[in-house]
Amino acid sequence: MDVPAADRARPPPPRAGSRLCVRCGERKAALKRPKTLEQICRECFYIVFEDEIHQTIVENSLFKAGERVAIGASGGKDSTVLAYVLSELNRHHNYGLDLFLLSVDEGITGYRDDSLETVKRNEIQYGLPLKIVSYKDLYGWTMDDIVKAIGLKNNCTFCGVFRRQALDRGAALLKADKIVTGHNADDIAETVLLNILRGDIARIENGLIWLYHDPGIYSPNAYRGFAREFIKDLERMRPRAILDIIKSGENFRISTTTRMPEQGTCERCGYISSQKLCKACVLLDGLNRGLPKLGIGRTKAGAGADSDGKQRIKRSERNTSSLQGKHGNFDF
Amino acid sequence: MAAAASACGGAGCRPQCSASAGGEGDAPAESMGRLSISAAAATCGKCDGGGAAVAVAGGVGMCADCFRAHLFGKFKLAVTSNAMVRPTDAVLLAFSGGPASRVALQFIHEMQSKAIQSWETSNSQALPAFRLGVAFVDESVLSVRPGHEIDMAIEDIKSILSSLSPGDKQLHVAPLEDVISSGSDDKAARLKELVGVINDETGRDDFIRCLRMLSLQKIALENGYTKIMLGTCASGIACHVLSATVKGQGYALPADVQYVDTRWEVPVVLPLHDCLAQELNLLCELYSLKTQQLLNRPCSGINGLVASFVSRLREENPSREHTILRTAQKLKPFSFNKFSANGYHDFLPSRLRPKFQNIDANESTFSEILCLICGSPFSESELQNLENTKHKAQKKIDLYTAHCCQSCHFQILPAATDMHGHFFSLLPKFWTEKVDTASASHSSVRDQIADYLLDEDDEN
Repeated sequence: MDVPAADRARPPPPRAGSRLCVRCGERKAALKRPKTLEQICRECFYIVFEDEIHQTIVENSLFKAGERVAIGASGGKDSTVLAYVLSELNRHHNYGLDLFLLSVDEGITGYRDDSLETVKRNEIQYGLPLKIVSYKDLYGWTMDDIVKAIGLKNNCTFCGVFRRQALDRGAALLKADKIVTGHNADDIAETVLLNILRGDIARIENGLIWLYHDPGIYSPNAYRGFAREFIKDLERMRPRAILDIIKSGENFRISTTTRMPEQGTCERCGYISSQKLCKACVLLDGLNRGLPKLGIGRTKAGAGADSDGKQRIKRSERNTSSLQGKHGNFDF
Repeated sequence: MAAAASACGGAGCRPQCSASAGGEGDAPAESMGRLSISAAAATCGKCDGGGAAVAVAGGVGMCADCFRAHLFGKFKLAVTSNAMVRPTDAVLLAFSGGPASRVALQFIHEMQSKAIQSWETSNSQALPAFRLGVAFVDESVLSVRPGHEIDMAIEDIKSILSSLSPGDKQLHVAPLEDVISSGSDDKAARLKELVGVINDETGRDDFIRCLRMLSLQKIALENGYTKIMLGTCASGIACHVLSATVKGQGYALPADVQYVDTRWEVPVVLPLHDCLAQELNLLCELYSLKTQQLLNRPCSGINGLVASFVSRLREENPSREHTILRTAQKLKPFSFNKFSANGYHDFLPSRLRPKFQNIDANESTFSEILCLICGSPFSESELQNLENTKHKAQKKIDLYTAHCCQSCHFQILPAATDMHGHFFSLLPKFWTEKVDTASASHSSVRDQIADYLLDEDDEN
């Protein structure tokens, strides 16, 4: 196996039969790195993993010293790793950031409980203060309440819209300057692909995803499952393909005639919106007025039930949320 | 480079149809293309003939004739609105034997017949008819098919051609290995060695496509053709959009998915750009248009994975391929994706010329640097890498390597760097010659101003 240039100065001691880490040449290799297929020991893996994240932060100037940063914490593996690594790097490289964990409680009995426990553990383990914002706090409704009011059809619409805004609203409430999320390369690659399938171009710039989105029917169809499977098969065939998709996303030359998202603010809550009312306010309006279908389905003439019985979500405005004050939409 | 339409299936839907403009989910539950049994009793929604509807396109059930007219309409519109064929052109149709190129052959033949007729009945007042020839690239050297099967397949292709009248269409059959070197005896072995040196399965697949295009270019140049017409259809293009994305070729992607591609010495046109593979399959069935698919190589590796992915998407929603194409339309085409040579559009009636006249007359030669192997335009990082290499390159090999895009570098160039020299030595000479002449002129200019160039290290 070719020894990378960085290691050529240190010839690994020849030892028949055992695989040595290609990085340090001292310890036994514990894994084959999916990204590079290098055989690497545990310690070196930690080092390169954290270092690559540090490089991403530095090269893209993601933070400024003194900033208050909310770490979106779901209790899952991605946000747990994010919390750990960010607090380590903050300490190690003196970023000077004021970090805290931000969790969203949708108010679904039995669903969030386990993950919230995990986040509470993270708070203790990594010494990061935890703030939990609930749908109840932000919108006045828990998901359980919503389901009681509207049943199990279209409830995903509410949760999706509310969740997307919840992180942002929660961070604003808690006076954060930035939000970080644990979306990884696979997620971003999936987003790029799904957007192509939907007729949208998602361009990636400085680690943000700019979505050039046409208003149109937006439905969580079966193709999302196909796309995920496709990415898994792709990764098996060529591991770097995930990163190549992201690279493509960074290099798309968008035609200037493609409509750019417009940014305005919601008349009611002041949240960023391209329409008069942001999506959450439209939905809340419906809930509060006992008209739960408001904001669901077609808004053109002929509004009504969808003919094929499938659950559909109509997105009638362009971008409804943005993170870090920029145009864009994390459409995961 | 546009992928050959090897993905079969697909459904019919006019691109302008409001269902596809709205996006996914609007397609009727029955699959498009073939009518489902329950709807088979419907009559044609287009004509008054009262014939039974046998196909669905654009949400309308059509009889066979109307369906054919619908597809021919799309073909003709692509040809005329992109000024693809001038009366003075000699068009070479790339014929793979599959349904898409069979339909392309049929339609271009009909356009030619009509032009011949107008010419003959007009006493030379109308425009002369364009010349039409057909090319078949014989890739059997890379397959394991027995010789007699191959001969039979080629005979089939000849008989397909001879069934079309009027008009004499010359058939050019060229073995793929001819593109490696003309005249030497060991062409086949050399080709196999070249392909064998490529480690990546997808890389091999894509490399063979590049050779296929070169082969067509060679046939065209040697026989005086001025245009190459491919049967690449919407389904093939949709597959290419995804496979290019997945290979990190997001920058170059728009280059291969337009109607016109003038990167080559003989420009390439794609008149079936808006027709789905399933529509074309259906047309061949309805009109018994003979196809010959024995010699088609199925795509493998990532291209195969993408093809089956698109197949699944199509089953779930027949208008998905059109949606993917719409996405690609949001990307900016390159300057070589249109005909911009001075005087090119003079053959058009004056009422149509203004449509093309906003093209910058200065753009007769494009400025993009293209990959040595696949012709992809270089992105900024690839250009940067090339610039850096030009200054530091000690060996020609480094320069050749830097003239390959990142995708070809990864999947086509041999993994072991010391094999690069061998790989380039096996390539047809004119590939590397392009780089040689470019760098020669660059270095001579550099020599002239060498005295005045400050070393990068000299900083006052």
